Amino acid sequence: MHIPDGFLNTAVSVATGAAAAGAVGYGAYKAREELDEKSVPLLALCAAFIFAAQMLNFPVAGGTSGHFLGGVLAAVLLGPWLGGLVLTLVLVVQALGFADGGVTALGANVFNMALVGTIAAYFIFRGLKGALPRSRFYFLASTGAAAWLSVMLASGACAVELALSGTSPLGVALPAMLGIHAIIGVGEATITVLVVSVVLAVRPDLVRTWDLTVSVPEKAKAEVNG
Amino acid sequence: MEARKKSVYLFVLAGLAVAVTLALLVSPWASSSPDGLEKVAEDKGFLEKAEETEPAWKNAPIPDYAMPGLTKETVDEETGEVVEEPTRLATGLAGLAGTVAIFLIAWGLALVLKKKPPEETGATP
Repeated sequence: MHIPDGFLNTAVSVATGAAAAGAVGYGAYKAREELDEKSVPLLALCAAFIFAAQMLNFPVAGGTSGHFLGGVLAAVLLGPWLGGLVLTLVLVVQALGFADGGVTALGANVFNMALVGTIAAYFIFRGLKGALPRSRFYFLASTGAAAWLSVMLASGACAVELALSGTSPLGVALPAMLGIHAIIGVGEATITVLVVSVVLAVRPDLVRTWDLTVSVPEKAKAEVNG
Repeated sequence: MEARKKSVYLFVLAGLAVAVTLALLVSPWASSSPDGLEKVAEDKGFLEKAEETEPAWKNAPIPDYAMPGLTKETVDEETGEVVEEPTRLATGLAGLAGTVAIFLIAWGLALVLKKKPPEETGATP
């Protein structure tokens, strides 16, 4: 849902750009405290993986395709601030390096996908995780639900921006965007849960938001050691 | 501690291999249908707004995820005209270049942002 040049008016571009710049600046400030020897390479990997995965458009209904967003994946693996930074970086490289997403719409794209689709979605994930029983299953369920919602919220924000810019009335753009992204969001949830499951199985210590004390390998080790 | 650190690098290396494989070998076979927003723009009749707008940034080195110079001639199914179209190799190489570039940029940015460790001046006795 990378918005190209021409869809947004100046007011919307400037307002979303200012909000995005403020939040990314704050995120970068918060991120400083969270960056250490371990998270620097992980952040680089996360950015590279999300960039690559975003290239893989999968077909959805009626001659449309969707692709991975990665906001919730980044936030679950790295936390909201580093995650938001990763998505911002991906969007900047896509706009400047690949002409994907207009430069005048970069602020709006960062707003939709890094702020709404990553940082806000992280707090949804955290809320769900806190409300549900503490288990691996519910951790992954929270991840999947937040991933689906992240795509819905980001596409909803996009529709609001189109409406405010006079490009397409809200009554037209919002249902159309939410309708198609309800399907794309299923892909998002599937990929996110799959990748988080793999990382949890291989290296649960690298999932920043994973806070269940007894992971399976540790339990097995404890049994072996008596 | 050293072993732990090494294994993060091992994990990152394995993950990067997966990302590079996806970008280089899988992305050429990705769907080329319009994405959600593009489709909505097409259906609701505002796609022209983007098509009529001159892009604000024209210096993208790899526009539209196609490595420049790698094209093949194909016949457009609708118009019957012969058109130049990027090859699968062009897409794969664009993906490879982007994945590696973003990995390095992200690593560099993270190093710049990272707080310096407390200085060990040895002033304390």
